[in-house]
Amino acid sequence: MKENHIFRMALLGLTTIAMVVTMYLIFIWVPTEYEMGVIQRIFYLHVPLAWLAFLAFFLVFIGSVMYLWKRQEKWDVLAHSSAEVGVAFTTLFLITGIIWAKPVWGVWWTWDARLTAALVLWLMYLAYLIIRPYTADEQRGARFAAIVGIVGFIDVPIVALAISLWRTQHPSAVIFEGGLESSMLATLLVSLVAFTLLYWLLLTLRIAIRKDEVELKRLKELRD
Amino acid sequence: MRFWRKVLAITWKDVLSEFRTREIIFSVLVFTLLVIVIFNFAFGGGQNTIQMVAPGMLWITFTFAGVLSLNRSFIIEKEEGCLEGLMVCPVSREGIYLGKMLASLLFMLSVEVVALPIFAILFNLDISFQLIVITLLTTVGFVAVGVLFSALAINTKAREMVLPLLFLPIVVPLIIAAVEGSGLALSGESWGEIASWLQIIGAFDAIFLVVSFWVFSYAIEE
Repeated sequence: MKENHIFRMALLGLTTIAMVVTMYLIFIWVPTEYEMGVIQRIFYLHVPLAWLAFLAFFLVFIGSVMYLWKRQEKWDVLAHSSAEVGVAFTTLFLITGIIWAKPVWGVWWTWDARLTAALVLWLMYLAYLIIRPYTADEQRGARFAAIVGIVGFIDVPIVALAISLWRTQHPSAVIFEGGLESSMLATLLVSLVAFTLLYWLLLTLRIAIRKDEVELKRLKELRD
Repeated sequence: MRFWRKVLAITWKDVLSEFRTREIIFSVLVFTLLVIVIFNFAFGGGQNTIQMVAPGMLWITFTFAGVLSLNRSFIIEKEEGCLEGLMVCPVSREGIYLGKMLASLLFMLSVEVVALPIFAILFNLDISFQLIVITLLTTVGFVAVGVLFSALAINTKAREMVLPLLFLPIVVPLIIAAVEGSGLALSGESWGEIASWLQIIGAFDAIFLVVSFWVFSYAIEE
């Protein structure tokens, strides 16, 4: 128990330092992009959020497959916690996308391929979280959620393919032509690391809370 | 061979009970016609507008009709404890999946066989062979995931409310491909134009037939 606590505190410290450095790089160090101006700085938040949305749902998939296979509760705890953190990050991804789209494209929402795919992903994992409270007992809820997690993740590439094909038939906007400048790339990479640490921290915290919840429930049942 | 005989026995059971109760096909068909008529009022009558919204109209109608009939196919099993009976039968869970899937496919296709010509007549559209192929393949994809999710939804507290929440986000690629493909088919395009959409529908069908076949046993475990 104590070792876990020390590990979490260390992770918290590391994440805080990485975040402060990232914020410095994004808002002070990196040069302003020529065409889009200041708003382009949201890019350094937007892209890591997209990566985390995908990473989180990949772990939901792994947790779901392992749960159906091994039937150990820890896999369900991993999948469920990762889905919650993932939905939060996907929500932030959508919000930063909307904020970015308004000054650059002139509209809040354009059914851009990536944003649309993220929206569908978001709805899918909302379904993953919704199914659980609707089921009578916890094991069944975990099993049903695992099925949704597996089917949903397998669906993601087909969704992405269909949406990108659908978008190429309509006019679409270009975010970047050509490569990234090296200072911009460096900022993006640092930001990716910082956000991945943040995801890891939130995931371990959520798992710890889940364990406490289970323990509390067990104690309550003992008392009754 | 024996496996398929069992599968067909389950399908036949559903067809037989449908003939006696007329619960699914007839009511879903009436629902479909109502939706088409209501769409007509929603979008106004001009032929240009109809041409533009027809594929979307068609697939919204079929998607909701599909949700309705898929829900029904497992609610019937749940009442009177039929599902428990099915599970003690000497049939594997995969056999139950295929049997229910074929029955649901049959029901949805029967609805579409009637609804598609009516749709074409009411809106003055031409049904091409391409449109029929798209409809057939998309329906296979619908029931492939739909049967899995309706078996799951029926064991939750909210029952029929849960199916659309799970089903609709998963079939997004199918609906995109079906709408775009049907649009091309309705304006008389050749196979080459439609091919990429057909590929997406085909890939979806193949992947989710396999995945649903494999995970179905976890959906009706107890």
